[in-house]
Amino acid sequence: MKFGIVTFPGSNCDYDAFHAVVDTLGETAEYLWHKDHDLRDSDVVILPGGFSYGDYLRAGAIARFSPIMQEVVAHAERGGPVLAICNGFQIACEAGLLPGALLRNANLKFVCEQRHLRVENTDTRFTSEYAPGQIVRIPVAHGEGRYVADDATLDRLEGDGRVVFRYCGPEGAQPEDAAPNGSLRAIAGIVGENGNVLGMMPHPERAVDALLGSADGLPLFESILARVGA
Amino acid sequence: MTAYRVEIRVVPRKGILDPQGQAVAGALHALGFGDVADVRVGRHIVLETRAGDPESASRAAREMCEKLLANPVTEDFEIEQVVPAAT
Repeated sequence: MKFGIVTFPGSNCDYDAFHAVVDTLGETAEYLWHKDHDLRDSDVVILPGGFSYGDYLRAGAIARFSPIMQEVVAHAERGGPVLAICNGFQIACEAGLLPGALLRNANLKFVCEQRHLRVENTDTRFTSEYAPGQIVRIPVAHGEGRYVADDATLDRLEGDGRVVFRYCGPEGAQPEDAAPNGSLRAIAGIVGENGNVLGMMPHPERAVDALLGSADGLPLFESILARVGA
Repeated sequence: MTAYRVEIRVVPRKGILDPQGQAVAGALHALGFGDVADVRVGRHIVLETRAGDPESASRAAREMCEKLLANPVTEDFEIEQVVPAAT
């Protein structure tokens, strides 16, 4: 399977995504320059983390108008899978691929640490290789990850099982401060209406090797292979 | 076509937590401005654009806000002023 990894000016997790897909999974990947208009036959598009356009104006606000994003939106509309991580999640929200927005962390701090997440829905093409309710440990690294949407949108996301990852305690408890950023309903990751776009603030591509702290992100990529590749 | 200077104010929508505003409010209280009840921090954008008349400059600015300058999910905007640009 071929992954297309978009590089915007200021992306800095594109190499991590490449490493996860190519070195760990043994699949193929290609970097896609933001000014290009060609997804080069990618089966899956990854919008990686970083600080595209210096986060100027709002995180993701300018990147969403990059030429490649027209192709990414068209790919998503055709049902093609898009994995939007961290800054990618911000870009996907700005582009309207996902509802809501990501605002400055409630405590105003840049949070860079391993966090626990509960897998809330395993019936997606990104999570089928996890066990239902599984608690995973995946790092976050962001200053603007507070997920915000109006109540009606949040209720709809919950009702449709589109909240895929939620921040929680190590044993799965759900204290008030489970989210490191003040996300509403402790939301860490959601899928779009058709389930083919996943946006998440934590970095699964940085959790593919136990030697580096965690391999809990690996099943996410394996799910894509199992569900999309099948 | 005339050059106009357009001033736009973008602020976090009321009801959306603004931790930056809260931090500033805390600092103001610490400085003795205890009467300050609420602070929201937004941004002020000044741009120059060419248009046939002030109304079309304002209309264009509104469209810019809707497309890029403000996030409709979390922010409100206001076109504060449209004046002929100093040349």
